[in-house]
Amino acid sequence: MADLIAAFLLLGGVAFFLAGTLGLLRFPDVYSRLHALTKADNLGLGLLVAGLAIRSESWFAVGKLVLIWLLVLVASSFACHLVARAAWRRGIPPWT
Amino acid sequence: MTPFYLALALLLLLSLTAGLWRILRGPTPADRMLAAQLFGTTAVAVLLLLAEATDQAAARDVALVFALLAAVTMVAFVRRGWTARPGEPPDDG
Repeated sequence: MADLIAAFLLLGGVAFFLAGTLGLLRFPDVYSRLHALTKADNLGLGLLVAGLAIRSESWFAVGKLVLIWLLVLVASSFACHLVARAAWRRGIPPWT
Repeated sequence: MTPFYLALALLLLLSLTAGLWRILRGPTPADRMLAAQLFGTTAVAVLLLLAEATDQAAARDVALVFALLAAVTMVAFVRRGWTARPGEPPDDG
Protein backbone atom coordinates (compact mmCIF):
# COMPACT_ATOMS: atom_id res chain seq x y z
CA MET A 1 0.00 0.00 0.00
CA ALA A 2 2.75 2.44 0.95
CA ASP A 3 4.52 1.54 -2.29
CA LEU A 4 1.40 2.30 -4.29
CA ILE A 5 0.93 5.71 -2.66
CA ALA A 6 4.62 6.48 -3.11
CA ALA A 7 4.51 5.52 -6.80
CA PHE A 8 1.43 7.68 -7.28
CA LEU A 9 3.08 10.69 -5.61
CA LEU A 10 6.30 10.23 -7.57
CA LEU A 11 4.47 9.99 -10.89
CA GLY A 12 2.45 13.07 -10.00
CA GLY A 13 5.62 14.96 -9.12
CA VAL A 14 7.30 14.09 -12.41
CA ALA A 15 4.12 15.06 -14.28
CA PHE A 16 4.30 18.52 -12.68
CA PHE A 17 7.97 18.81 -13.67
CA LEU A 18 7.06 18.00 -17.26
CA ALA A 19 4.26 20.57 -17.14
CA GLY A 20 6.73 23.18 -15.86
CA THR A 21 9.14 22.48 -18.69
CA LEU A 22 6.29 22.62 -21.20
CA GLY A 23 5.31 26.01 -19.78
CA LEU A 24 8.90 27.25 -20.04
CA LEU A 25 8.98 26.24 -23.70
CA ARG A 26 5.51 27.32 -24.77
CA PHE A 27 4.51 30.39 -22.75
CA PRO A 28 4.78 33.73 -24.54
CA ASP A 29 6.78 36.02 -22.22
CA VAL A 30 9.19 36.03 -19.31
CA TYR A 31 6.51 36.65 -16.67
CA SER A 32 4.32 33.71 -17.64
CA ARG A 33 7.41 31.51 -17.98
CA LEU A 34 8.40 32.46 -14.45
CA HIS A 35 4.91 31.53 -13.33
CA ALA A 36 5.10 28.09 -14.96
CA LEU A 37 8.58 27.34 -13.72
CA THR A 38 8.57 28.51 -10.12
CA LYS A 39 5.14 27.15 -9.25
CA ALA A 40 4.77 23.89 -11.15
CA ASP A 41 8.32 22.72 -10.48
CA ASN A 42 8.11 23.38 -6.76
CA LEU A 43 4.85 21.50 -6.44
CA GLY A 44 6.42 18.68 -8.44
CA LEU A 45 9.40 18.62 -6.11
CA GLY A 46 7.06 18.63 -3.10
CA LEU A 47 5.15 15.60 -4.40
CA LEU A 48 8.42 13.84 -5.22
CA VAL A 49 9.75 14.53 -1.72
CA ALA A 50 6.50 13.23 -0.22
CA GLY A 51 6.74 10.07 -2.32
CA LEU A 52 10.36 9.46 -1.32
CA ALA A 53 9.64 10.25 2.34
CA ILE A 54 6.91 7.59 2.54
CA ARG A 55 9.39 4.94 1.48
CA SER A 56 12.28 6.23 3.57
CA GLU A 57 13.35 4.23 6.60
CA SER A 58 15.03 6.90 8.69
CA TRP A 59 13.53 10.08 10.09
CA PHE A 60 16.84 11.81 9.50
CA ALA A 61 16.52 11.32 5.74
CA VAL A 62 12.91 12.53 5.83
CA GLY A 63 13.96 15.68 7.67
CA LYS A 64 16.66 16.37 5.13
CA LEU A 65 14.26 15.85 2.22
CA VAL A 66 11.76 18.29 3.71
CA LEU A 67 14.54 20.78 4.44
CA ILE A 68 15.71 20.64 0.83
CA TRP A 69 12.17 21.20 -0.39
CA LEU A 70 11.65 24.19 1.90
CA LEU A 71 14.96 25.69 0.78
CA VAL A 72 14.02 25.31 -2.90
CA LEU A 73 10.59 26.83 -2.20
CA VAL A 74 12.01 29.92 -0.50
CA ALA A 75 14.83 30.31 -3.01
CA SER A 76 12.69 30.06 -6.11
CA SER A 77 10.00 32.41 -4.85
CA PHE A 78 12.71 34.98 -4.12
CA ALA A 79 14.24 34.38 -7.56
CA CYS A 80 10.82 34.72 -9.21
CA HIS A 81 10.16 38.10 -7.61
CA LEU A 82 13.67 39.40 -8.31
CA VAL A 83 13.59 38.42 -12.00
CA ALA A 84 10.05 39.71 -12.52
CA ARG A 85 10.90 43.04 -10.90
CA ALA A 86 14.11 43.40 -12.90
CA ALA A 87 12.25 42.60 -16.13
CA TRP A 88 9.51 45.11 -15.27
CA ARG A 89 12.05 47.85 -14.53
CA ARG A 90 13.74 47.25 -17.84
CA GLY A 91 10.42 47.88 -19.52
CA ILE A 92 9.68 44.40 -20.84
CA PRO A 93 5.91 44.53 -21.48
CA PRO A 94 3.75 41.71 -20.11
CA TRP A 95 2.03 39.66 -22.78
CA THR A 96 -1.71 40.38 -22.94
CA MET B 1 11.40 0.22 -6.85
CA THR B 2 14.95 0.95 -8.10
CA PRO B 3 14.20 0.66 -11.85
CA PHE B 4 11.16 2.86 -11.30
CA TYR B 5 13.30 5.55 -9.64
CA LEU B 6 15.84 5.37 -12.43
CA ALA B 7 13.13 5.64 -15.10
CA LEU B 8 11.70 8.73 -13.40
CA ALA B 9 15.18 10.27 -13.14
CA LEU B 10 15.71 9.62 -16.86
CA LEU B 11 12.38 11.27 -17.65
CA LEU B 12 13.41 14.34 -15.64
CA LEU B 13 16.74 14.45 -17.46
CA LEU B 14 14.91 14.41 -20.79
CA SER B 15 12.74 17.29 -19.65
CA LEU B 16 15.94 19.16 -18.70
CA THR B 17 17.27 18.58 -22.21
CA ALA B 18 14.06 20.00 -23.63
CA GLY B 19 14.59 23.08 -21.44
CA LEU B 20 17.84 23.76 -23.32
CA TRP B 21 15.72 24.96 -26.24
CA ARG B 22 14.77 28.04 -24.21
CA ILE B 23 18.46 28.93 -23.83
CA LEU B 24 18.86 28.88 -27.61
CA ARG B 25 15.75 30.95 -28.28
CA GLY B 26 15.99 33.53 -25.51
CA PRO B 27 14.92 36.22 -26.33
CA THR B 28 15.94 38.09 -23.17
CA PRO B 29 18.78 37.10 -20.81
CA ALA B 30 16.13 36.48 -18.16
CA ASP B 31 14.55 33.76 -20.30
CA ARG B 32 17.92 32.07 -20.59
CA MET B 33 18.45 32.28 -16.85
CA LEU B 34 15.04 30.71 -16.29
CA ALA B 35 16.47 27.59 -17.88
CA ALA B 36 19.17 27.72 -15.19
CA GLN B 37 16.43 27.89 -12.58
CA LEU B 38 14.81 24.84 -14.19
CA PHE B 39 18.16 23.05 -14.05
CA GLY B 40 18.46 23.82 -10.35
CA THR B 41 15.06 22.45 -9.38
CA THR B 42 15.15 19.45 -11.70
CA ALA B 43 18.70 18.54 -10.72
CA VAL B 44 17.60 18.48 -7.08
CA ALA B 45 14.77 16.11 -8.00
CA VAL B 46 17.07 13.86 -10.06
CA LEU B 47 19.64 13.71 -7.26
CA LEU B 48 17.01 12.83 -4.66
CA LEU B 49 15.75 10.01 -6.89
CA LEU B 50 19.30 8.76 -7.49
CA ALA B 51 20.07 8.92 -3.77
CA GLU B 52 17.13 6.59 -3.17
CA ALA B 53 17.86 4.33 -6.15
CA THR B 54 21.55 3.80 -5.44
CA ASP B 55 21.30 4.02 -1.64
CA GLN B 56 23.84 6.82 -1.53
CA ALA B 57 22.80 9.23 1.20
CA ALA B 58 25.55 11.64 0.14
CA ALA B 59 23.61 12.48 -3.04
CA ARG B 60 21.05 14.24 -0.82
CA ASP B 61 23.78 16.60 0.37
CA VAL B 62 24.68 17.28 -3.25
CA ALA B 63 21.00 18.12 -3.86
CA LEU B 64 21.13 20.55 -0.96
CA VAL B 65 24.17 22.25 -2.50
CA PHE B 66 22.41 22.46 -5.87
CA ALA B 67 19.40 24.12 -4.23
CA LEU B 68 21.65 26.70 -2.59
CA LEU B 69 23.66 27.33 -5.76
CA ALA B 70 20.53 27.88 -7.85
CA ALA B 71 19.39 30.57 -5.40
CA VAL B 72 22.78 32.30 -5.39
CA THR B 73 22.96 32.12 -9.20
CA MET B 74 19.62 33.84 -9.72
CA VAL B 75 20.35 36.59 -7.19
CA ALA B 76 23.78 37.19 -8.72
CA PHE B 77 22.24 37.34 -12.20
CA VAL B 78 19.63 39.93 -11.22
CA ARG B 79 21.93 42.07 -9.07
CA ARG B 80 25.15 41.88 -11.10
CA GLY B 81 24.65 40.25 -14.48
CA TRP B 82 21.49 41.89 -15.76
CA THR B 83 22.54 45.44 -14.93
CA ALA B 84 21.13 48.61 -16.43
CA ARG B 85 21.89 49.49 -20.05
CA PRO B 86 25.09 51.49 -20.64
CA GLY B 87 24.63 55.11 -19.63
CA GLU B 88 21.90 54.40 -17.10
CA PRO B 89 22.51 54.45 -13.37
CA PRO B 90 22.58 50.95 -11.85
CA ASP B 91 19.34 49.67 -10.44
CA ASP B 92 19.48 49.84 -6.67
CA GLY B 93 15.99 48.79 -5.54
